[in-house]
Amino acid sequence: MDKRIVILGGGTAGTLTANRLQRTYGERECRITVVDQDDDHVYQPGLLFVPFGLAQPQHLVRSRPRQLHAAIDYKMAQIERVDLDARAVHLSGGIRLAYDVLVVATGAALLPEETEGLTGPGWGENVFTFYDLPGAVGLHGALEQFQGGRVVVNVADLPLKCPVAPLEFAFLADWYFQRRGIRDKVQLTYVTPLDAAFTKPVAAEALGGLLAEKGIELVTEFTLGQVDGTGGRLVSYDEREVPFDLAVVVPLHGGAAYVGRSQGLGDELGFIPVDPHSLQHPEHPDVFAIGDAAGLLASKAGSVAHFEGETLVHNIGRFLAGQPLDATFDGHTNCFVETGYHKALLIDFNYDTEPLPGHFPAAVGLPLLKESHANHLGKLAFEWLYWHSLLPGRELPGIGSAMPERGKNHVHA
Amino acid sequence: MSTATYDDNAVPVDDEGFFTEPDRWTEAMAEQIACEAGIEELTERHWTVIRFMREQYAAKGTGPTVRVLGKTSGVTVKELYQLFPKGPAKTAAKIAGIPKPRGCI
Repeated sequence: MDKRIVILGGGTAGTLTANRLQRTYGERECRITVVDQDDDHVYQPGLLFVPFGLAQPQHLVRSRPRQLHAAIDYKMAQIERVDLDARAVHLSGGIRLAYDVLVVATGAALLPEETEGLTGPGWGENVFTFYDLPGAVGLHGALEQFQGGRVVVNVADLPLKCPVAPLEFAFLADWYFQRRGIRDKVQLTYVTPLDAAFTKPVAAEALGGLLAEKGIELVTEFTLGQVDGTGGRLVSYDEREVPFDLAVVVPLHGGAAYVGRSQGLGDELGFIPVDPHSLQHPEHPDVFAIGDAAGLLASKAGSVAHFEGETLVHNIGRFLAGQPLDATFDGHTNCFVETGYHKALLIDFNYDTEPLPGHFPAAVGLPLLKESHANHLGKLAFEWLYWHSLLPGRELPGIGSAMPERGKNHVHA
Repeated sequence: MSTATYDDNAVPVDDEGFFTEPDRWTEAMAEQIACEAGIEELTERHWTVIRFMREQYAAKGTGPTVRVLGKTSGVTVKELYQLFPKGPAKTAAKIAGIPKPRGCI
């Protein structure tokens, strides 16, 4: 059939989609091109561990094209814009790529400059983020110097990548300061725009309980309006203040910049509106989005990209064959939540079912919403699976796209 | 599921007081809901946001978040908090008679 599939973004979602497509349809059926602006594929789950010295930055980065099947064309270039009517992508250097199917997988961008004062005085000194590699490395240095005072972990607003990571940071910070013997000199505060520790009631109760158990103060419904690095204050839009000596802020997120320059492609935040089940753009059937770039009411997490991949690859095949789409994504999300002391929780949910206690993936398995050493080992083992199974587009044993129902206890908060 | 009475009409609401049937809402109910939410008088700026919330709900099936409101409603986030001090998206959704906005996780 010799169709041209262009995938914008060579991160988790773009890479696994390209490799799955290559495996499924092969060179005779389609030509796949992946575009990204650099050669650094960062293992993002590892960023959480860098500030605490539990991961080395250089071990988290690998070459983007080397994660792609040899038959896939990789173009390293800036994306200027997508011309939906002409079915073409314009890249830097005057390159024009025509497509039969476009997959947007350019993730979410950090927008710290959109919050007043966040990148002003104090940025990189007493105000940090660990959501990118330089920030995580800088924070490692700051934590090593820290001898006591107020540490604040703050989520500026939704949506954000890996919504459990800020909670994990708070739990790990508690453990880190315990190990250093200065926990009694550190006040830890978790500040969130949500009305609880997490969005869904049962998980919010479990995770909020853990914060309390670890002596971490919880401040809710705090939408970050301003960061005053010099004065050491976070200020909310409703004029409440949280003082700090060290602030760890998850900045606002938006879609990639070129989305805003591509008429009709994205929404007001630069994410791509797609059908939540088919992942197809509502107005441009030849456009699909996957992973953090998609404007879905699902978590921006690598597991979501993984589970979406199966649906997306099947639906692209149906679309190219002129058949109605029949694969549906259920919103499946699966996250290990590190809690320190070599333990982790596991949560597993979808559009309709919130994170519940029980076991994963069946009545016998890893405990859900409960700390265990097995979950911690699962989180550590995932890094190998990421590079060797998930990115190459292979199935993870026992973990399918559809959320498993067996093993879940349907309790009420 | 419970009911609330506004403008002499009993309407179904969820546990937090958000309308579950937005078609049952009338503009006459808004002042009363606002009063319950601690807003004494609805100005034209409040109405700009309330009407925008209803339009967005009709188009997308969920009300916008504060961030989206700030980018698209013509009212800045700062002013939104002045108009609806206890959380603009939730308060405006309640007054506009639409379900609680669903955020991302």
